[in-house]
Amino acid sequence: MIKAILIFNNHGKPRLSKFYEHYSEDTEQQIIRETFHLVSKRDENVCNFLEGGMLIGGSENKLICRHYATLYFVFCVDSSESELGILDLIQVFVETLDKCFENVCELDLIFHVDKVHNILAEMVMGGMVLETNMNEIITQVDAQNKMEKSEAGIAGAPARAVSAVKNMNLPEMPRNINIGDISIKVPNLLSFK
Amino acid sequence: MALKIVKGSIDRMFDKNLQDLVRGIRNHKEDEAKYISTCIDEIKQELKQDNIAVKANAVCKLTYLQMLGYDVSWAAFNIVEVMSSSKFTYKRIGYLAASQCFHESTDVIMLTTNQIRKDLSSPNQYDTGVALTGLSCFVTPDLARDLANDIMTLMSHTKPYIRKKAVLIMYKVFLKYPESLRPAFPRLKEKLEDPDPGVQSAAVNVICELARRNPKNYLSLAPLFFKLMTSSTNNWVLIKIIKLFGALTPLEPRLGKKLIEPLTNLIHSTSAMSLLYECVNTVIAVLISLSSGMPNHSASIQLCVQKLRILIEDSDQNLKYLGLLAMSKILKTHPKSVQSHKDLILQCLDDKDESIRLRALDLLYGMVSKKNLMEIVKKLMLHVDKAEGTTYRDELLTKIIDICSQSNYQYITNFEWYISILVELTRLEGTRHGHLIASQMLDVAIRVKAIRAFAVAQMATLLDNAHLLTGNTQRNGICEVLYAAAWICGEFSEHLEEPMATLEAMLRPKVATLPGHIQAVYVQNAAKLFATVLRGQEGAPADSTVAQETSQLLIDRLPLFVQSSNLEVQERASCILQLVKYIQKLQQKDVEVAEEVTALFAGELNPVAPKAQKKVPVPEGLDLDVWINEPPSGSESEDEGRKSKGKAVFAKDESRHTKPRYTEVDEKELAKRREVRKAEQANNPFYIKASPSSQKVYQDGVGVEHIPVVQIDLSVPLKVPGMPMSDQYVKLEEERRERNKADKKKKKDKKKREKGEKGRRRRGDSGPESEEDITPAHMVDIVTEEMPENALPSDDDDKDPNDPHKALNIDLDKPLADSEKKLPVRSHRPDEVLKSPMEDRQVVEVVPEPKKKTGKEKKEKKDRKKSKEKKKKHKQEEEEDLMGAGSEEPVQPEETKEVAAPPPASTPEASDLDFWLSNAPVPSNPQAAAAPASTPRTASGMAAVAPDSEPEEAKDTEPEETKSSTHKKKKQKKEKKKKKHHHNHSDGAGDESVQNGTVEEEEPLPPMSNYALLAENSYIKMMKQDADKVCDIQGNLQDGSQVVVSVIFENKCDSFIKSMEFNVLDSLNSKLQRPDGAGPHDGLIVPFQLPPGISNEARFIFSVQNIVMPQKLKGTLTFIVKTDDSSTHEKLDFKLHFTCTSYLITTPCYSDAYSKLLESGDLKGCSLKLEGVNQPFHHLLARICFHHHFSVVERIDSCASMYSRSIQGHHMCLLVKTADQTVSIDAKCDEPGLLGNVLDEIKLTFSQC
Repeated sequence: MIKAILIFNNHGKPRLSKFYEHYSEDTEQQIIRETFHLVSKRDENVCNFLEGGMLIGGSENKLICRHYATLYFVFCVDSSESELGILDLIQVFVETLDKCFENVCELDLIFHVDKVHNILAEMVMGGMVLETNMNEIITQVDAQNKMEKSEAGIAGAPARAVSAVKNMNLPEMPRNINIGDISIKVPNLLSFK
Repeated sequence: MALKIVKGSIDRMFDKNLQDLVRGIRNHKEDEAKYISTCIDEIKQELKQDNIAVKANAVCKLTYLQMLGYDVSWAAFNIVEVMSSSKFTYKRIGYLAASQCFHESTDVIMLTTNQIRKDLSSPNQYDTGVALTGLSCFVTPDLARDLANDIMTLMSHTKPYIRKKAVLIMYKVFLKYPESLRPAFPRLKEKLEDPDPGVQSAAVNVICELARRNPKNYLSLAPLFFKLMTSSTNNWVLIKIIKLFGALTPLEPRLGKKLIEPLTNLIHSTSAMSLLYECVNTVIAVLISLSSGMPNHSASIQLCVQKLRILIEDSDQNLKYLGLLAMSKILKTHPKSVQSHKDLILQCLDDKDESIRLRALDLLYGMVSKKNLMEIVKKLMLHVDKAEGTTYRDELLTKIIDICSQSNYQYITNFEWYISILVELTRLEGTRHGHLIASQMLDVAIRVKAIRAFAVAQMATLLDNAHLLTGNTQRNGICEVLYAAAWICGEFSEHLEEPMATLEAMLRPKVATLPGHIQAVYVQNAAKLFATVLRGQEGAPADSTVAQETSQLLIDRLPLFVQSSNLEVQERASCILQLVKYIQKLQQKDVEVAEEVTALFAGELNPVAPKAQKKVPVPEGLDLDVWINEPPSGSESEDEGRKSKGKAVFAKDESRHTKPRYTEVDEKELAKRREVRKAEQANNPFYIKASPSSQKVYQDGVGVEHIPVVQIDLSVPLKVPGMPMSDQYVKLEEERRERNKADKKKKKDKKKREKGEKGRRRRGDSGPESEEDITPAHMVDIVTEEMPENALPSDDDDKDPNDPHKALNIDLDKPLADSEKKLPVRSHRPDEVLKSPMEDRQVVEVVPEPKKKTGKEKKEKKDRKKSKEKKKKHKQEEEEDLMGAGSEEPVQPEETKEVAAPPPASTPEASDLDFWLSNAPVPSNPQAAAAPASTPRTASGMAAVAPDSEPEEAKDTEPEETKSSTHKKKKQKKEKKKKKHHHNHSDGAGDESVQNGTVEEEEPLPPMSNYALLAENSYIKMMKQDADKVCDIQGNLQDGSQVVVSVIFENKCDSFIKSMEFNVLDSLNSKLQRPDGAGPHDGLIVPFQLPPGISNEARFIFSVQNIVMPQKLKGTLTFIVKTDDSSTHEKLDFKLHFTCTSYLITTPCYSDAYSKLLESGDLKGCSLKLEGVNQPFHHLLARICFHHHFSVVERIDSCASMYSRSIQGHHMCLLVKTADQTVSIDAKCDEPGLLGNVLDEIKLTFSQC
């Protein structure tokens, strides 16, 4: 089982939090802080697995994390998940985001956290892995987005226009925080489809 | 500025959406909280509007705020409103918000039930999908109960997208509503073979989660998973299955044997590291479960260790970590194979990655030996010094102690060294493990008598330097050590060089700053020291002033403790103060008091096992819950309660400090008590200490008293500059060993010994030592811990009673009872097989006394099970009598086969599993080894001949068919009126029949195999299992029948065999099931390769139209034999023979249902007589059960009724009777053709032996 999925940036600001067990808002924030604390002090090039994280479930659980540019992706899993498998799942998740947002960067996650949730929902459901095939995930996400668009129809057009205008007004909309090494595959983890 | 205001007002004109909110928060970094609170106000306004779009927008923003840590539960109702919108866009927003913030105590959840149900049945698959996803996060017991039915329906949805979600969510439903597990399970099982890989993977996922918690209930699925494992190519699924097998193997060692080969193949062939790693992990689990006896056991371990070494040496830190993790599992059972990689693991200790270092530390634990302990600990001590960050350092500390103390200090050769290590560890700043060090000190000092003198000296120094430990408030944890130090100094004060000095150190005013429990020990032990000082002085009366000074010292210092706020300290101090005052008075009168004072602390302490108290059994007849006196009236009882509570607190305190036995009893009584105690000890088998030999060792052992303490300069040992002192011991030890070696060779060279350390004495005269066996530096008798005399064996139940998975511990093999069918189930399930014969008849017939009451069914079954067990015992006894009287065969000891199998193997799955497992070679099973000797037949011999001895003339199927149809006609003529079977309808109480079970529990049976030799050439051997079992039971009723054929391929040559392709020429009747898109003549690729000497099993599914006749199919196997320099294409022809038996499924049947079936009159009869069968009856039955897939319904003496069912639902009943080597079988079936053929096959089976 996956207990929680967290994404936060280099400063510990949460960009997405998905808990598959219920915690109060305060505890959730505490967990995020603690996890960030554990994860951020690790060097690059150390292993992606961490034990201890007292808050979620204790010793049986592991934190599996990957660092992409400015973002940490952390999965908290118990012993029934394969460590390398989850590592691969994170890769699939990030690659899917990359496809869906077209060259994803932190800002995409900041402004479209709902979309990220929707993508995640096609991969993991209630803490269990639902789909690992990227093409299948993207197909389903696209189909749902299409539905959304068709529902909005003509009525949605002005709203879109407004938000486009708003975006243009924004003085800085830097898209320079690209996740550079996104396409770098993990060595030795080749044969997942 | 103005621009900003304008922009703000423009924003107001439109509703602020999520992006605006985020942007706003980013622009208000300095007053974020304030900004957000205004936003929340806006959101509240928006939620009040009627427009659903506005509401949805507001909810969307709330979801974001929830992530930032704001409580949004107040908007729960609005979230439900948005969820119930008809538009997908809003619905999705609503469900997302709900999944983020709803939980079990959210009360609006109950409003959602109908909405969710509506969404689940929505024609739009994405509505359903979104509802399922949301529900998976906030499902409550109520929702689970109400929606279980709907979700179960969705499991058979046409769209795989919905199916896989429905399957996955079932796990959550089971957790919340465990009652749904049994009814839903058959369908879940079906989904394991869903055509869509996603659905299949989801089902595997769910079952793996379930099985992880309660593995034994899922053991019967092992064959199915095994099939999936050999056929699946999806790594996710494979990993899950392999992990599941890892959990199952400890329960069933035979499974492990079956697994090892395919797993080894996977290890060799896979390129995916994750899969490789999981395979290695499971192989390890298998090896652990098989304690020994596998011939190629060591090879597998070597393979694992070797693969792990590759992982650990990899530059990828992840692999290194996992390698170490898996290595530690091997370590537990096969320490030797890991020890050879010590270099590698020590290397990992220097890794910069803390996770890896921790793993390496774990491994070290198992790698120490007498030889290398000092060296390893020295290395660890270096790390302790270097370590930054307390967690890792604390981990190091506990590991050092663990390593040293493991298995009763087995590896410690020099306890002086160990004590000094402990003392060194006290220098650690800010460690939390002071109490751990303290308890080690206590333990060693108590249990290793020889070390006491040394320990006391060290502890005295510690006490003297207590300020170093307590000076810093950060070191609070470490002051626990003083507790041990004070106690050791007091208890073993006879070893103290300068008791006065120590006494003084213990009574310093600074002590008052220590925690209360430590002060208490100080006070108590000061009294002990006082006694020692007095005794020391009394020998020299000239110096009586010293004794008086000591008394004065105590009288001066103790008042400080009398004022302590800690009750314990206060009480002890005031007692002792008064005592000392009294003694002082006596001293002034020149009365000799030393002896009396010493008597206060006479006697020695024994270590008591930590759980000893718990293990004392309650004496017979004592009921602790019964009132001793009548319960007192209300007011009194309150009083009583308070009093007894007070007592309890006090008693507890006392027991915590039982060590100082401080009782003022006069000498006489004390002596008496001592006598009693000695007598008691003499009778106590656990009391080792008083044995004369150990006493001797202690007293006149080789120079124990002479162990010099002085050489080590301990005046400043706590911060020795330069070399830490334990290092001295390492050096000394090395030299000692060196010298012992040298001694052995040359005794002359004695001068050398005097060299380095100032004449440190050791057991130089101990004679030569072998190098492997390093003798300890001291004669050490380690006192074992005391346990109460009749202690019960450990029955620790550490299971968490709140674990939700406990509720899911449900026996899934038990057939569903009627009452259970009312649960959320819509359609009839295949599991009703059991009942259906009876139910069918019930409609037609008037049952004279309806035994079956639906409501009671469940209970009844339970009862029956119980009584069955009882009966079985009965039966067994009887059986043995019978055998002893009538048979020539030696009666073999009790059945051992079903050790791990779930209790009574009455269910079809369980017995299937047994058969499936027993197909594996079982060399370690003594019974299997013994059996062939007693039976005239070898394991697979009989089955192997069966198809081959069939006349070869049947080149194609047509003549065969005509032939068997003539057979059929003959049989029909022979039809006879059957004798009516009688049955007892009783629920099983009292009668001695065996109902509904195979007989195999009764006595060891000769091993049987359904594998028959299919074809063989110089390269490869194919064994076929007699088309063992039909799997898709549901499918057989609608879309034709399936038969599964398991084929074992064994590579007999020295080269690699690959690209095997299995092809069969389909007949009109039987077809090999090929994957979609394959042509009717394409072969199936066998999903593995065979290294030399390896065998593996593959399964093929055939669909069969007509099951009345046996079938023969011709096929070929093509493969490539690869040698070093060339590869050749080879081909092997074979013939697959489907007997009619293949179409039967072992199906249990209850006797009442069975009798109704017979009474119905729909069945046609037929009979068969076998002459000259001289095997015991139960062997005969077992053989019919095993080879022809029958199950025993009832058995009375030498008469048994049996039942089976074909894949197309034909019932088949047998009545088997035996008398004087003649077996007569009366059979009935609603399909006479099938019956005839099956009888022929039975006859053939018995004519073979």
